[in-house]
Amino acid sequence: MELLIRGGTLVDPSQGLHGQYDLLIRDGVVVKVAESLAPSGEKVLEAAGKTILPGLVDLHTHLREPGFEEKETVESACRAAATGGFTSITAMPNTDPVMDDGRTVEYVRLLSCRAGGVRVWPVGAVSKGLAGRELAEIGLMYRSGIRAVTDDGRGVSCARLLKNALLYCRQFELPLFEHCEEEALAAGGQVHDGVAALRLGLPGLPASAETVMLARDLLLAAETGGRVHIMHLSTARAVEMIRQAKAEGVRVTAEVTPHHLLLTEDAVLGFNTYAKVKPPLRTAADMQALRQGLLDGAIDAIATDHAPHTEAEKAGDFLSSPFGIAGLETAFPLLYTYLVRTGVIPLDLLVGKMSRTPAAILGIPHGSLAPGFAADLVLIDTEQELTIDRRRFLSRGKNSPFHGWQVTGLPVLTMVSGKVVWMS
Amino acid sequence: MVEETWFGVLAEYMARQQAGLGEEVAIMTYDDVEYSERFDYNDNSKQQAPGKETKRVDGRHFLGTYGLSADEIDSLLNLAEYYCRVNNDSASLPLEVLRGKMLANLFFEPSTRTRLSFARAAVNLGGEVVELESKMSSLVKGESVLDTALTLQAMGVDALVVRHAAAGVPAFLAHSLSIPIINAGDGAHEHPTQALLDLLTIRQEFGRLQGLTALLLGDIRHSRVARSNLYAMRTCGLRVRLAGPPTLVPEEMTRLGAELAPDVDGALREADVVYVLRIQHERQQAGMLPSLAEYRSFYGIDARRQFLLSDKAVIMHPGPINIGVELTAEVYASARSRVLRQVSNGVAVRMAVLHHLLSGPRN
Repeated sequence: MELLIRGGTLVDPSQGLHGQYDLLIRDGVVVKVAESLAPSGEKVLEAAGKTILPGLVDLHTHLREPGFEEKETVESACRAAATGGFTSITAMPNTDPVMDDGRTVEYVRLLSCRAGGVRVWPVGAVSKGLAGRELAEIGLMYRSGIRAVTDDGRGVSCARLLKNALLYCRQFELPLFEHCEEEALAAGGQVHDGVAALRLGLPGLPASAETVMLARDLLLAAETGGRVHIMHLSTARAVEMIRQAKAEGVRVTAEVTPHHLLLTEDAVLGFNTYAKVKPPLRTAADMQALRQGLLDGAIDAIATDHAPHTEAEKAGDFLSSPFGIAGLETAFPLLYTYLVRTGVIPLDLLVGKMSRTPAAILGIPHGSLAPGFAADLVLIDTEQELTIDRRRFLSRGKNSPFHGWQVTGLPVLTMVSGKVVWMS
Repeated sequence: MVEETWFGVLAEYMARQQAGLGEEVAIMTYDDVEYSERFDYNDNSKQQAPGKETKRVDGRHFLGTYGLSADEIDSLLNLAEYYCRVNNDSASLPLEVLRGKMLANLFFEPSTRTRLSFARAAVNLGGEVVELESKMSSLVKGESVLDTALTLQAMGVDALVVRHAAAGVPAFLAHSLSIPIINAGDGAHEHPTQALLDLLTIRQEFGRLQGLTALLLGDIRHSRVARSNLYAMRTCGLRVRLAGPPTLVPEEMTRLGAELAPDVDGALREADVVYVLRIQHERQQAGMLPSLAEYRSFYGIDARRQFLLSDKAVIMHPGPINIGVELTAEVYASARSRVLRQVSNGVAVRMAVLHHLLSGPRN
């Protein structure tokens, strides 16, 4: 079974390619990439005018199943992911039951097989029940297929537990994904502790809630030699700290979300629950520093932190509304439109941060269209324009602060192992 | 006699409104603007209010002082001034302004003076009041608040006065209801009628607002009264200084137009208005204050501090007062204290706001 994708513009930073290339795919695997390949009887996909990217890889996806199926299911998340150009997503463990043992991991993998479509990479809990006290069965979960561990939703607040987890994970080369939020500093906080919080009279989440815990994590990563991955960076100071830690050889990687790259604390004015997220949207200076961090390599990857919630939950008043933004379907078009088109970052950099580097962090053989890699790819239309309409999301979570934004760079076809999983 | 004055003031008032805001006699608050710009109104709300979808949130509500113009505040104060005089002549009450209209007091947090003040205002204007006091906790889900509000609306209540411990609840209700919502205090967000009654008290005292210096003293961080006053005072040309324990006076308040006054005694000397805020015992448990005794010693207004004030300076407090903490009994009873004047002005200001939102044909 052969397929030739012809005439498109390939952007694949893993091979340093950006130009017109044809791809030959055999049995779901890329076998040849060349400037011009003549068809010889196989199926041909004409991609003229389209941009071909390695399928996007999301390091941070809340699938909500099992336990919170009203917010999202593995299947609805997979469909949303395919629409957004993602071919690999993660499954965060803050489900009910918590994904803290091998059985739950196996169950989520089973659900993802049934859903078909995109690849789902489970991320196990660090601690049993996310309670932050005892280590979860990390080894057994590793055997069942986890690619990282995290207590996301909260940080690992006990320094001793974190140290042990970092040491323990070394034998599996598993990264520990950390949600940096010092709980006493963050207690009761709703939005960034800045002018918008004062205006709205809402308790603030200070920048120090992130940096205080980050400092501890970096010290422990250095001491143990463990791999720590810092999720959803939100402050300028944190970017600087990671830059410095990397220079010192600490095994740290970091991600940033599209919303932290595009929005500031002002987005919550008017008690806009759709912009209520943790960590909170911060100042314009923080946003600039995050963009700079992407450019200079302090930040390795862009991750959605796709956190779907029901309309009823987000339609409540601000304090009772949950934290989170649904981001799978808007991530690439938003970043393409507002960071690449505006000249803030080059397209190759964006693609790399959304494919090859996140794949490397997870240790999965994807995020590249070099010969030998699975044909996980996405075709992008850089001409067509769309107004984001959250009501039309395939995700069950319609909670997006980007409703009404004009975008281009829309995925039109998503392929996993050479099989089309979504087409507009 | 009363009737003549009444029409005179009203005519002048309406003329101002016509000049400033065109046909629609309505106050647009900042929150309204943000909602209409930032939010998508889903189809459900359109079904609830047929024919109104083009103006889902206009100037129907009174949610905050942020974004009110000096003219808007001025016309409300003028009307309130008029009602102050009317209220002194109890024979002229009740008026006919709200005849046949019903106000609901929907309080999810305990309150005596604000609730009674709104009730009195409605009755003085010839309207009726229904009281709902919820025993529900402050953490009550938004949905049940909305449900209660929708039920009241369905019963034909003409306006809701809402108090809630959570910031944003009145704005949230305003988003879903078609009757006017009046914010009677939401968390640490706003308490706009309190600010107006405070400005009225100050204006009566000094004959002007422009150029005066107000010192807000105490727990600024958790105070909706401080915020509403800050915005309204700045709009009306007052200089606003803040003093209190650093844990309770966020520095970034300066970005909202306030100045910090680290030297309390110095600031007291320069103030025309000393606005003392209530300090809550819980701040001690939250680790923000060592003790109320220490607070009293550093920030309480006692006879010694009162002596620092300039001759004309007045002392105000939104109530309820912790006598002996923020103010000594002596200061509270002194000639400088305007606390009771604030309370009586509260009724007049709320009459003005109700009049503004409810008089005349709607829909």
